[in-house]
Amino acid sequence: MRHLLSAADLSESEARSILDVAEEMHEVQRRPIKKLPALRGRTIINMFFEDSTRTRTSFEIAGKWMSADTINVSGKGSSVSKGESLRDTLLTLDAMGVDAFVIRHASSGAVAQAAGWVRASVINAGDGQHEHPTQALLDAYTMRQHFRDNKLSDSFVGKRIAIVGDLLHSRVVRSNVLLQDTLGGQVTLVAPPTLLPSGVDAWGVRVTQDLDEALESADIVMMLRVQRERMAGGFFPTAREYAAGYGLTAERLARLKPTAAILHPGPMNRGVEISSEAADAANSRVLDQVSAGVAVRMSVLYHLLGGEGGN
Amino acid sequence: MSADGGARVIWDSDDVNRALKRIAHQVLESNRGPDGLVLLGIRTRGVPLAQRLGELIADAEGGEVPVGELDITMYRDDLRSNPTRAVGPTRIPVPLDGKTVVLVDDVLFSGRTIAAAMDALKDLGRPRAVRLAVLIDRGHRDLPIQADHVGKDLPTSSAEHVRVALAEIDGEDLVTLSQSKEA
Repeated sequence: MRHLLSAADLSESEARSILDVAEEMHEVQRRPIKKLPALRGRTIINMFFEDSTRTRTSFEIAGKWMSADTINVSGKGSSVSKGESLRDTLLTLDAMGVDAFVIRHASSGAVAQAAGWVRASVINAGDGQHEHPTQALLDAYTMRQHFRDNKLSDSFVGKRIAIVGDLLHSRVVRSNVLLQDTLGGQVTLVAPPTLLPSGVDAWGVRVTQDLDEALESADIVMMLRVQRERMAGGFFPTAREYAAGYGLTAERLARLKPTAAILHPGPMNRGVEISSEAADAANSRVLDQVSAGVAVRMSVLYHLLGGEGGN
Repeated sequence: MSADGGARVIWDSDDVNRALKRIAHQVLESNRGPDGLVLLGIRTRGVPLAQRLGELIADAEGGEVPVGELDITMYRDDLRSNPTRAVGPTRIPVPLDGKTVVLVDDVLFSGRTIAAAMDALKDLGRPRAVRLAVLIDRGHRDLPIQADHVGKDLPTSSAEHVRVALAEIDGEDLVTLSQSKEA
């Protein structure tokens, strides 16, 4: 494995290996000394051309706990704001001898393009409305923990995963659909027609507008953020109407299977796609997702840079 | 890794058990009892050996001795010269600060595994003392490391291959010596 650009890049055994190693990394996270020497001497540059708190921080922590040197470059304050192209910026940093780039960019496909320019490994930390593979991995990790905690089989085969909300602007949904296609989970997408991506029929998953029906059988309910910053308006009438039709309200929460888990990649719009009752419910796994984020990214970095394969 | 062809049987199950009993008593003797002992088996075959030693120590003196397992993959000095290695579990049963940790492994050879294990221990706590118990010491050290408790000193040439099979993993206890094909 040289790059991680798409969740579709992962074979089933690679995906499982990442989740398994992440479990051991999660143990490290609970130790007083959170440090492993596996990536000593490796240099990782986090390049975030879009705002991010949890992804950027968790990649930085993950790199540091694996003993790599991590450096953050943001769009603002870098030579990009002087007009340098993404390609020149990357080639400049690549020439310094770094081992990996973790890139978030507003344009779909920009990260995959970057991987073709540089010698270092490239990890997609979110490209436009396209993909966010490490998010899908940490979601899968959290789901598996939830299955185990509820004494269910830890296989994804036969598990029903409802992904609900703003699918049009979401890179999380695509990576989850691709990863679950590999792992065997049964995905149902739920969204108002205005927030469905074009071509969703070709994704090979069930699509419905009936949230209540999808929730009835769901083992996992993943609520996606309504991305107001990407909307010029006109996708739905009001936030209240959206919540009534597609939000995980307190009433809907009460009708979930007792062993169902609630996931949300964050940041949450409480009262819009998710009620406070659901966000803070006992079966909400939102903070477990954040906690898993570091462990999963440590594992991803180890898989890309830990062996002779990494450059 | 099969023990066929020119493999010579060094020890069978009875020999292995006798050696472990002796090591259990030596550990107790040098620690003057089981207090403060923690046994950590180095994956893979050190783990069942540590479990057996723990049981033998409990049989001899009563009481429970905490037994854990240590995966040293991330601490190896040859990580980068091999394809990415799978990582196994590390289970530390009690805080190690102030304890006497006995590292347990099947074969002591170059000493690099033990060096990695001691690096790993540093990140896990501050034991009062660290001891090393191995079933077979075959010599050819690359590093200044010695075992405190040895089941058998087995003189070998570096071209030979020592294989320790254990019932928990391999179905039977057997120590064999063969001409290494992969060396």
